[in-house]
Amino acid sequence: MTPILEVAGLKKHFSTTRGFPWPVKTVVRAVDGVDFRVHRGEAFGLVGESGCGKSTAARALLRLIEPDAGSIRFDGTDLRAASAGALRTLRQRMQIVFQDPYSALNPRRAIGRTLAEPLIVHGRARGAAAREAAAALLAEVGLPAAAMARFPHEFSGGQRQRIGIARALALRPDLIVADEPVSALDVSVQAQILLLLRQLQASRNLAFVLVSHDLGVVRWFCARVAVMYLGRIVEQGPAAQVFAAPRHPYTRMLRDASPVPDPACRAVLPRVVGEIPSAAAPPAGCHFHPRCPRATDICRATWPGWTEAAGHGCACHHPDGGGWGVAQ
Amino acid sequence: MPHPDIPVLHLDGLRTEFRIDGTWRAAVDGISFALRRGETLALVGESGCGKSATALSIMGLLPRPAGRIAAGRIVLAGRDIAGLPDRALEQLRGDRMAMIFQEPMTSLNPVMTIGAQVAEALRLHRGASRQAANRQALAALEEVRIPAAAQRFHDYPHQFSGGMRQRVMIAIALACEPALLLADEPTTALDVTIQAQVLGLLADLKARHGMAMLFITHNLGVVAQIADRVAVMYAGQIVEQGSVHAIFARPRHPYTAALFAAIPRLDRDGQALAAIPGRVPSLDAMPAGCRFAPRCTLACAGCAQPQALAPAGPDHAARCHLAAGGFALA
Repeated sequence: MTPILEVAGLKKHFSTTRGFPWPVKTVVRAVDGVDFRVHRGEAFGLVGESGCGKSTAARALLRLIEPDAGSIRFDGTDLRAASAGALRTLRQRMQIVFQDPYSALNPRRAIGRTLAEPLIVHGRARGAAAREAAAALLAEVGLPAAAMARFPHEFSGGQRQRIGIARALALRPDLIVADEPVSALDVSVQAQILLLLRQLQASRNLAFVLVSHDLGVVRWFCARVAVMYLGRIVEQGPAAQVFAAPRHPYTRMLRDASPVPDPACRAVLPRVVGEIPSAAAPPAGCHFHPRCPRATDICRATWPGWTEAAGHGCACHHPDGGGWGVAQ
Repeated sequence: MPHPDIPVLHLDGLRTEFRIDGTWRAAVDGISFALRRGETLALVGESGCGKSATALSIMGLLPRPAGRIAAGRIVLAGRDIAGLPDRALEQLRGDRMAMIFQEPMTSLNPVMTIGAQVAEALRLHRGASRQAANRQALAALEEVRIPAAAQRFHDYPHQFSGGMRQRVMIAIALACEPALLLADEPTTALDVTIQAQVLGLLADLKARHGMAMLFITHNLGVVAQIADRVAVMYAGQIVEQGSVHAIFARPRHPYTAALFAAIPRLDRDGQALAAIPGRVPSLDAMPAGCRFAPRCTLACAGCAQPQALAPAGPDHAARCHLAAGGFALA
């Protein structure tokens, strides 16, 4: 079976010119060669710290940001080579849910109209049929039909996120890119939205690309996960395996730094060294080597190639085979 | 040196109100706790539960005229500071008590060098000379482990990363060795690896200086890392209070238990996530009895009565009639 989404060598570089009177041009390699595939009905997670390029990668694969290089195949069709008309048709099948439900909805537009708009734009329905479809979408995300005539400011954050999800569902997509969909929400509401997303995934056989910085959320929601660091994927594999037995030292650092709600785990709070360097001047060789406890000369000189065994791969010269609690 | 038996901070029935459409509504409704030297109390809750309003009340930073302390005492090292005039509070803030905020960029002065901002506290409260203040400020910046602090002394906040700015905030807060440090979501805006660094730094500094810390957060993982005692807040009230081990091992209030069930855990396989239905009641529509009852799976007839914080175990109290003895009867 062909994967619903196949991304290969995706790159997006931003260049900025700053400084006076002698402007200096700097190139930020936000996404620097990313490969992954997502199967039908599968939830795939992209995790990393801020500035690692996970959101840029998610937007570039929808061509919301035009990528510089690489190929994106959606259900076998190359998105980057697609004509404007073909892209318009394909976009009905891939939708996005944004992090901030406050700014993702038009404040001056009633919810019913917001939800009917994609149907009208793509000629799927109009008039009473579109209104009926919008009401059905609201019911599917757990909101009353009375919400149709109301405006975004009348809803709480969690309810607004439900509206954002309903809008993404309007065109019956095969793939939803969710960019930090629960980061702005409280714990109890976060759980409501996660349960809703999982239920939709099952009932509609939806594939997800979930971008998040919360390892717990990704671990719970996603079957497979890719860990990004400075524009590149450093580890990829089944979520349970990647977090239980990380092979890349960065994944291990990220996992150990994520606080577990159990005071007995306090002793293992790691002493993390350094901060994520600027993507404008990534370190030579393996980008992670200045913070890595296992770095050697080869790490400082060359980028490690991708090695993969049984669907769990990483880019590291000295990968780890250990599991939980293995001392460094 | 203050007497070790006197709590650094003692809150007694604090009630903080905000004026909404002409009516005063209690955002913090009768909060009491004591905080000893060297102790960290985590105040946990979701947005709008009143945890930040509690901190702002203690610091005397409530927005006026929209907010006021309506009742209760705030006793800092034996002295009631609720309702003190501004001038007296100014002498305490930054000296005996200090606060660090969530967003370090908006709390630092963008047009002052970081060195001058740390030295300012020493010059104002300690009357130190410019030279002596700068020397002590540099030591404070080194203590919060800012790399090459001497070279960065004259840098501005925008030249620092988020984690480094939070370290500067901590240096300013601790410059005068306060007895009480209020930390309002200090790591929420930071990445997890930087969060781990800042939490480690705060724990080290607390061990060295012995200050009391009131740590406000919504993240139960962070609470498990840093707190000695925990107070869970819901809709303006403390619903459960106790040692961190007691609360995490056996949460007695249904709200606390529901919060734990709603967190996706990194260390669990195939976890059954349970959401809390409904939403927090708004300030003008508080239920008469237990405020959590409308969302509670255990709600029964007794929940319509107002609930009191009652003992539910050794060093453990819960505001739920079921937790405080009801289970034994049922």
